Amino acid sequence: MSIILDKINYIYGQGTAYEIQALKNINLKIEDGEFLGIIGHTGSGKSTLIQHLNGLTKATSGAIYYNGADIYDEGYPLKELRTKVGLVFQYPEHQLFETTIFEDVCFGPKNQGLTKKEVQLRAFAALRSVGLPEEVYYHSPFDLSGGQKRRVAIAGVLAMQPDVLILDEPTAGLDPKGRDDILDQVAKLHRERGMTVILVSHSMEDVAKYVGRIIVMNQGSIVLDDVPGNVFAHYQELEAIGLAAPQVTYLMHELREAGLPVDVSATTVTEAKNEILEKLGR
Amino acid sequence: MGIIKTNRLVHEYIHRDEEGNVESIQSALEGVNLEIEKGQFVAILGHNGSGKSTLAKHMNAILQPSEGTVWVQGMDTSEEKNLWDVRQSAGMVFQNPDNQIIASVVEEDVAFGPENMGVPTDEIWRRVEESLKSVGMLKFRNHSPNKLSGGQKQRVAIAGVVAMQPDCIVFDEPTAMLDPNGRKEVLRTAHLLNREKGVTVILITHYMEEVVEADKVFVMDSGKIVMEGTPRQIFSQVETLKKYRLDVPQITLLAYELRKAGLQIPQGILTRRELVDALSKIRA
Repeated sequence: MSIILDKINYIYGQGTAYEIQALKNINLKIEDGEFLGIIGHTGSGKSTLIQHLNGLTKATSGAIYYNGADIYDEGYPLKELRTKVGLVFQYPEHQLFETTIFEDVCFGPKNQGLTKKEVQLRAFAALRSVGLPEEVYYHSPFDLSGGQKRRVAIAGVLAMQPDVLILDEPTAGLDPKGRDDILDQVAKLHRERGMTVILVSHSMEDVAKYVGRIIVMNQGSIVLDDVPGNVFAHYQELEAIGLAAPQVTYLMHELREAGLPVDVSATTVTEAKNEILEKLGR
Repeated sequence: MGIIKTNRLVHEYIHRDEEGNVESIQSALEGVNLEIEKGQFVAILGHNGSGKSTLAKHMNAILQPSEGTVWVQGMDTSEEKNLWDVRQSAGMVFQNPDNQIIASVVEEDVAFGPENMGVPTDEIWRRVEESLKSVGMLKFRNHSPNKLSGGQKQRVAIAGVVAMQPDCIVFDEPTAMLDPNGRKEVLRTAHLLNREKGVTVILITHYMEEVVEADKVFVMDSGKIVMEGTPRQIFSQVETLKKYRLDVPQITLLAYELRKAGLQIPQGILTRRELVDALSKIRA
């Protein structure tokens, strides 16, 4: 069970004067149950990449295998793939449209051809799993706060019971508490249900805190692929391509320069705290 | 009087049904008193729905008070004769650069504001050049905006506001949609305008790191200002901020955690430099 991308290339506007190669020879294996982060500056190819994972965009060349089957094979059930690999776009709350929150979340499973009962059960389960209070289920989605709307949109994808959940900048525009709430819920789904989660984010601090592996994209290629500690150790290379490391990583490097022999691989507040206390002999 | 002052400002959003009857009233601001001095760099924090953006829209008279008064440069924003001057005094930059750019060439986009104000042509070109220079985008003047990065587009949007020569610019979450580099560019531009051109800056943001260098911070919750002070005063109150659904910069949080674990670290650490110094002292 995995997703494998084999020599994927994607060219926008092929054959026109505006031809742009958005993905260049991408080779990637995503294991079942991984929590993967994708970082890269605007226009580096992140969003194009994730749109390939559920067959929304078809590669110009290369192959994608989902659980061993080539998704570009004739007769491959792409419709089913899209329910197995759930994609939550940027600002998903702009796609809410039903009169009630509950109806909106039912839309996905209803299109899967399930019975009415099954659809409703799934909608309830999905809304519960994103931590939305029951009293709002029959309100209009447009009466909710920004963070709540986004949770409804995520529930809409979860109701299709995907095995893989892809989130494209799920916390943009949310306040700090809203950011933590959503990512904590996603982490819980990953932990308790073994769901594969792919998180695209501009927040290095969020990526460092939640994911187990980071892919760094630049100009359509994967330039780094490693655990957070190792990726952020390359902070100078990251800066050169418009990214950064979490603040605590910079701090660890500065402490080392100041003569405190700390291990510089800390990327979260907890890791940094433990390392500093240990080296100070506390 | 400061450049912007509000006195018991109340704003109510009134929802009406199809016949125009009032369905519900939602109060977004509940008696806000605030004063911003000329030349300051002020930040406003608050969770989603706390009233920040509503307050911002009162600062250039996009919204009118339901009760109370707002003065911009001493002009009451509820008086119609002042509208034109108020909007010229206070410019706004919004979250999504794509919604703010209208022309197909960068310099034409920047010229749009002064052109609508009836500025003479020669003067428009002078202002366009100067504003693009002030945001570091002069070399892109003949480019198409849709080929620019997010941070660059946002800087073009800022140049468009600068070209109207406002005394104050309100930035409403200008970095929410940008990557780390874009965020840095926009923030640097805001500070530069404040320092070198003396523009009063009001920055609304959800990124605590962006607030560290502000002169003053206001924290909003349920339509009221609940905290007011320097970044150090505000960020030394970690627990109170959490209560308002906010956070502190990562370095401040680490310092706070280390202090809780028993290290002798002063309260309200804001920068990496300060924390390195504090930890070096402990070691010595």
